[in-house]
Order: sequence, then C-alpha cells, then structure tokens
Amino acid sequence: MLKNRIIPCLDVKNGRVVKGINFVDLQDAGDPVEQAKIYSDGGADEICFLDITASNENRDTIYDVVKKTSKKCFVPLTVGGGVRSVEDINKLLNCGADKVSINTAAVQNPEVVVESSKKFGSQCIVVAIDAKKNSDKWEIFTHGGRNNTGIDAIEFSKKMVDSGAGELLITSMDRDGTQVGYDIDLMSKISSKVNIPVIASGGVGNLDHLVDGIKLGNASAVLAASIFHYGKHSVKEAKEYLDSKGIPVRI
Amino acid sequence: MNVTIVDYNSGNISSVINSFQEVAKDKVNIEVTSDLNKIKSSDKVVLPGQGSFKSCVDALKKINGLVDTLNDFAIKNKKPLLGICVGLQMFADIGYEETETKGLGWVSGKVSKIDNLNGKYKLPHIGWNQINIVRDSKIFKDIENNSHMYFVHSYEFHPEDKKVISATTDYSSKIVCSIEKENIFGTQFHPEKSDKAGLKIINNFINL
Repeated sequence: MLKNRIIPCLDVKNGRVVKGINFVDLQDAGDPVEQAKIYSDGGADEICFLDITASNENRDTIYDVVKKTSKKCFVPLTVGGGVRSVEDINKLLNCGADKVSINTAAVQNPEVVVESSKKFGSQCIVVAIDAKKNSDKWEIFTHGGRNNTGIDAIEFSKKMVDSGAGELLITSMDRDGTQVGYDIDLMSKISSKVNIPVIASGGVGNLDHLVDGIKLGNASAVLAASIFHYGKHSVKEAKEYLDSKGIPVRI
Repeated sequence: MNVTIVDYNSGNISSVINSFQEVAKDKVNIEVTSDLNKIKSSDKVVLPGQGSFKSCVDALKKINGLVDTLNDFAIKNKKPLLGICVGLQMFADIGYEETETKGLGWVSGKVSKIDNLNGKYKLPHIGWNQINIVRDSKIFKDIENNSHMYFVHSYEFHPEDKKVISATTDYSSKIVCSIEKENIFGTQFHPEKSDKAGLKIINNFINL
C-alpha cells in the first residue's frame, strides 16, 4: 500500500538554514546539509529546501547546498524558491535535486511547466501554489506572497495538471505561520479536482494537524517546517502518531 | 572492478551516480559515460531512465552503436546489467507511452499505463510503497520482505513470462516492480532514493 509522506521543509537563505532544528549535538546549526541528514536519518520521506535568498549575487549558494546534500541524503530532495526558467530547473537537477518546485514562474509563464515536464519528466516538476481565501474562492499570490494575481487557485491547479505538473504543493497563505492547522477546505477541494498527488502546506502547529491534512484534506503528503524545528517533534514521533491514527506511513 | 552508469541524456541521473559512489566508496570504480569502449570493458552496467519510454528509447538510439553495445553486453556476453525505472521498462518488446515504441526486447512483454480504476488512484504512483518479494533475487540479499521503496511512475511492465518477476507492489493492482532474468536485473522503484534498503540493493548488485 502506498504510504502518506511526511516532508520536513528547511528555509535556506544565502546557503544557511534560517529556522532550523536546535539540537545540542549539531556541529553547525545553520548548515542545511547537516540538518537534512538529521531529517533523513530520522525517517523523513522527502526533504524540501525552500531557497529564500533575496539578492541575486547569492543565488548560486543553493546549488552548492543541493550538491552536498544529495551526496549524503538518499531520499528524494525537492528544491524550490526563485526558480524562473527551464535552465534553472536543469541546473538544480544536475546538482542532485530530484524534484524542483515552481511557484511564481508557473503563474507568470506556464510554458515553463509545459517545457520542463516534457524535457525532464513530470515526476520532477512540482507546482507550488500560494493561495489566500477571498470570500468564496481562493486566489493565488506570487512573489513569496506579496502579489495578488486574482487567479482562482482551483482552476489554476487543474491547468497545471494539464501543463504537466507531477505534484501540487498547496500552501494556505491564511494559515502559514499561524500554527492553527492546514486550510482543510482548500486542500480537499483541490485534491478532489485533480488526479495527481497534493502536498499540504501552511499552518501546522501539532501532530493532529498532520492527521487532518491527510484524513480530511485528502493530501498524499504533508509538509511542515516549524513543528520539526527546535526539537518540538521529531519526524519519527510524527510518523508514530500518524500510524496510531491508522494512517499508512513508512516506519 | 568497473561499474558503468550509462549516460545517454535520459534525464537527471545525479542521484543514481551519488548513490553508487556512496556504496562503492574506493573499492569499486564508478564510470558515468556513453563511451562504447568503456561500456564494453566494464564489469557491470547500470541503465537508468527518466521521462517517457519513447524519449528514453530515442535517446539510446541517438548515440551511435549504443543499443548494439548494450545488446552484446547483456545478451551475448551475459554480463550483469541493472535497469532502473524506465531503464527496466525498456527491456520490454514494446511500450505505449506517448506512442507505440519498440523497446530492447530483452524480456518479452509490454509497458502500458497503470489502470487507475477510473481515477480512484492518483497517477503518477509517487511515494513509498512496500515490495512483496515473490521469488529470490540476487539483488534482494538481506532485504526483508515488505521493505519500503520509493516509486515514481505512471506506466508498468507486464512481462510475458511471470517467472522473471521477483517483486510486486500493491497499488491499484499488483504492479511488477522488480525482475531478474539470468544476468539482467531491473527495478521499477528507485533504489538510489530508497534510503538504506535501496543502498543495500545497489550494494548487492555491485557485489554480484
């Protein structure tokens, strides 16, 4: 039986982890490679890096991080943030990323999704959608949540499937950082409308939220950042909890 | 010993390279090449494959003499070869992804889209699934039955001779996920992304 996945996400800025696990035995708490290794050793089903480097001159730092991580972690590695072109995707894949997530570029230029999925295969193209509720619909935001496009998130999700996306990473802007749980309504609506895996993101504050994301939101995978930071919960604890709630996980 | 990973522009093979290098350490030389002479002289060959059946077959054919060299290696000289994902699928006579395409014909059978029971199951089949080992395979030495492996595919291999099947996985139906036919091995899952159990399979292949 296919298992639901738990994906810890690390924010990386200028090649350093911004918020990370605060374990005492860490040699260098800011080293993304070391943190990713802790997650994969702890049973993470995938690792996600979100590059939030703002300045262009430091953008190359992520390539180095991906290269080093892929030599140490033998679970899938997804990298996103600032991916603009087919060439950016090619570079990340060559460095050892298994999947690349595309956010703003997928909205501004959907051809990037079409072209890259043809060139590299849908299996490595994840479209990341940041959505915010506006009365009875959800609208897509780009540029790290700064720009409202007014585009309907559910319609856009369907379009991305047709364009060749292999997975959708759905982040609720309303919930992100709040720790009150995923926007279940959004996740389940998109999941029921598309026939590719949906990864839920944004708002996890406790382990029950992960359970809800899968059971109620119908997500194939759940992504979380802060609950795994500072040792609040380990990936192993999360998996054992999901297992105790009858959710199939890899243990 | 030399193990060659065939680099024929079949998509992203850096994870395959990294995992084989991790397992091989300094004991085994890992080559990544499409050089025909290097392939001929190597002890073992790994045939990765990402993207569609058609794009991989086309990419193989684009390199002059590569298909003949692989035929000699695996069929005539019977040296160990491991196909991963579409690398395995290409062993078949025929594949139906994009358009009907002839495969290498090493293991009789066809590759067709997974029946997702009218949308009841999502495709691609992405993530960790358990393997049912149905028959001893040399690459499964010390691999427990029901081990988790990482999958990502929408097409499946249907070999004619069921005796070549060494493992299946349960999704919308029982999907063939590993085969062994004499010196030819293949996995539908990605051992290079399957954590410790996956690295163990790679180690088993290297140590054949």
